[in-house]
Amino acid sequence: MHVIAPQAVDTLIRLLAGDGYEVVGPTRRDGAIVYDRVQGLDDLPVGWGDEHAPGHYRLRERDDAALFGYVVGPHSWKKYLFPPQETLFRLTRQPDGSFVTEPGEPAPPRRAFIGMRACELAAIAVQDRVFLGQAVQDRGYAARRQDVFMVAAHCAEPGGTCFCASMDTGPRAREGFDLALTEVVDATQHFLVAEAGSEAGRAVLDRLEPRPATDAEHAAAERVWAEAPEKMGRQMPADAREVLNRAFEHPRWEETAERCLSCSNCTLVCPTCFCSQVEEVPDLEGQRTERVRRWDSCFNQEHSHLVGGAHRDSVAARYRQWITHKLATWHDQFDTSGCVGCGRCITWCPVGIDITEEVTAVRRDAEGQR
Amino acid sequence: MKELLAILEQQPFFEDFDPKHLRLLAACAAERSYESGARLMRDHEPTETFWLIREGQVALEGRVREGNVPFMTLGPGDILGWSWLLPPYRASYDARATTDLHTLRFDAGVLRERMEADPALGYTLMKHFAALIVQRLQAARLQALDIYSHGGSEHGH
Amino acid sequence: MATDAAATLPDQVMAPQPWRIYSVHRDVASNEVFSWELRPAPGVEPGTLPAPGQFNMLYLFGVGEVPISVSAITDDGGIVHTIRAVGSVTRAMQDLEAGAVVGLRGPFGTAWPLEQARGRDLVLVAGGIGLAPLRPVIHAALERRADFGRVVVCYGARAPGDMIFRDELDAWAARDDLDLRVTVDRGTAAWRGDVGVVTQLIDRGGFDRRNTLAMVCGPEVMMRFAASSLERRGVKPEDIFVSMERNMRCAVGFCGHCQIGAHFVCRDGPVFPYPVMEPAFRIREL
Repeated sequence: MHVIAPQAVDTLIRLLAGDGYEVVGPTRRDGAIVYDRVQGLDDLPVGWGDEHAPGHYRLRERDDAALFGYVVGPHSWKKYLFPPQETLFRLTRQPDGSFVTEPGEPAPPRRAFIGMRACELAAIAVQDRVFLGQAVQDRGYAARRQDVFMVAAHCAEPGGTCFCASMDTGPRAREGFDLALTEVVDATQHFLVAEAGSEAGRAVLDRLEPRPATDAEHAAAERVWAEAPEKMGRQMPADAREVLNRAFEHPRWEETAERCLSCSNCTLVCPTCFCSQVEEVPDLEGQRTERVRRWDSCFNQEHSHLVGGAHRDSVAARYRQWITHKLATWHDQFDTSGCVGCGRCITWCPVGIDITEEVTAVRRDAEGQR
Repeated sequence: MKELLAILEQQPFFEDFDPKHLRLLAACAAERSYESGARLMRDHEPTETFWLIREGQVALEGRVREGNVPFMTLGPGDILGWSWLLPPYRASYDARATTDLHTLRFDAGVLRERMEADPALGYTLMKHFAALIVQRLQAARLQALDIYSHGGSEHGH
Repeated sequence: MATDAAATLPDQVMAPQPWRIYSVHRDVASNEVFSWELRPAPGVEPGTLPAPGQFNMLYLFGVGEVPISVSAITDDGGIVHTIRAVGSVTRAMQDLEAGAVVGLRGPFGTAWPLEQARGRDLVLVAGGIGLAPLRPVIHAALERRADFGRVVVCYGARAPGDMIFRDELDAWAARDDLDLRVTVDRGTAAWRGDVGVVTQLIDRGGFDRRNTLAMVCGPEVMMRFAASSLERRGVKPEDIFVSMERNMRCAVGFCGHCQIGAHFVCRDGPVFPYPVMEPAFRIREL
């Protein structure tokens, strides 16, 4: 364990940029913490925290200068690895009626992600299984994913909608990072405990000239790790998968559908949701056309389009599809839950539908019925 | 008689009948052929008969203003006629041979008496005819749903 | 942290390859159903030939892409697709003539378990245009006829005018090594064949209940009733196979549209053992 000063994070950002990375990190914009390019410590949301509740998100000023004193915002790193819009191919008509296909996007930049939460690292591991773990790999995802340098920031203050502890994905990141930081901040001290998770991480850490952590500093970091799980606002029942697998026909879905606006916010903020659609975007002359992939959502009626009409016509069926896929059938497909407990779907649901509450309700009824 | 019994034993409809009951059924049956166009049942007329079709095709027809419209055809192995089972023992549609037809024709009047006297036989036959009627009902429902017209598929499923 | 997995995706998987329409066959009077024989455009590698039951993604430049089952493979490597013009892409495809170039990627999905049927009676049940994905099975079965017991084909269409592959149906009807049974839901004055739903053709039996493999393709409600009829005739549920349709877009399990429970129809199907799909027939909007 080593210790670096808060200012060393500025050095880290500049050093990675100097190594050719496009450095992306948290920054404050439009009343939220979002992920965007950062050039130094000044771009980080220093001294800002956030409040999370169902359908509720507010930034608040902290009484300290914490760099990573917020939980998570509406963005996830998904937007860099699996972008909301991506041109897959550009096709050009040939004189003989045939066509030529070219790649749609230039080679992606090498990126460094600063301030990743444990749940977000877990989410990337989940999407790796989707896009890299099947018989066919997604070429674009693989290219964007392969050289990412990942700097984790262990969660010190999980929020009101967080439940990563019950999903066993956090709040302390266990793997997948190159470098992980534990921020210790109180009235008397402010430092970061740094640990390397890879050779590349170790090399970068060395260049920050850290000093070995004292016993007291180590103990302070351990206190952060130990106390964080207690601050979690929510909990997912451990048997969510079994509960949902038994509840395909359950009155709860109709009840939830009365509240659900089918707006797809939950799927857009979810760091693991991977549905997409491809649109044909031709030019006016009909000589060139593009195949453009965009995020889609199982809450859209067109998602289950069939010639006779949408297969999942009712909102109840669409909500059931989302929650059952996320927490139950995902296990069958990818040998992991599709949920990492980040709580975004709860926070950003305009009517505050709570995935943990839904499972709990179905579970309670199922107990009574069976 | 022995020949008829051998025929019955091979029919899916009579597959799990007690041999004793099969012998009884064979005793009520006779081979009977019809020429194409022959009418086996006429809507609303009394019927004391049912048929096992061995060769050829029978069309069940309903009468509409334009004439007779076939709503179902029966072929080899199919049973024609259940109106003999329940009062008023009248046919509810026309049945017409659309090809030359070879059948086993059962005397249902006699059979009904046997069923009354032997509840085990009665139950077996009722059970098999109930299954047949359910099958026909399901078929009629499927037909009513017009399954091929609802959008359907672009390539087959 | 970096991943080990390098981008090794061959382009053919996701990018449409140019294939030329070698011939067009319009089947039904309405022209709603048509068949294309496709061959690779010059310089294009034909790739793996599809197996009966598999599908290709067919693409029309500037319009879009649709999943279409293979309905025949010619002796010299042409791939035949039979398409019903009922969506925006297929309607645009309807007017193309021989010589036009379309995009193709594939084949994708699971095949009919023809090997599993070796030495057994083979019962094929098709409804409507569902005969198209089963046609290559009939071709294969006739080619190696000695490998199978009785081959029974039950085909139901809405009306005589909606039947596809009319010429071939006549040829099959004339064979004595194939038991073709055809029925229509609605007869006409001129129609001399059977009237009634396709399940009745199953109820007539004529196959060994203990040693039969059945393949069913058609509208979902028809597949469900066909499976019941087969079960009633003594065919074991695990010996019944169905071909499912959902909104298949990417064809490789990335886009999420075609899920039925835990299954991606594009990747784990479209051909499934009936017991695996039984919940999909039972649970509404699954």
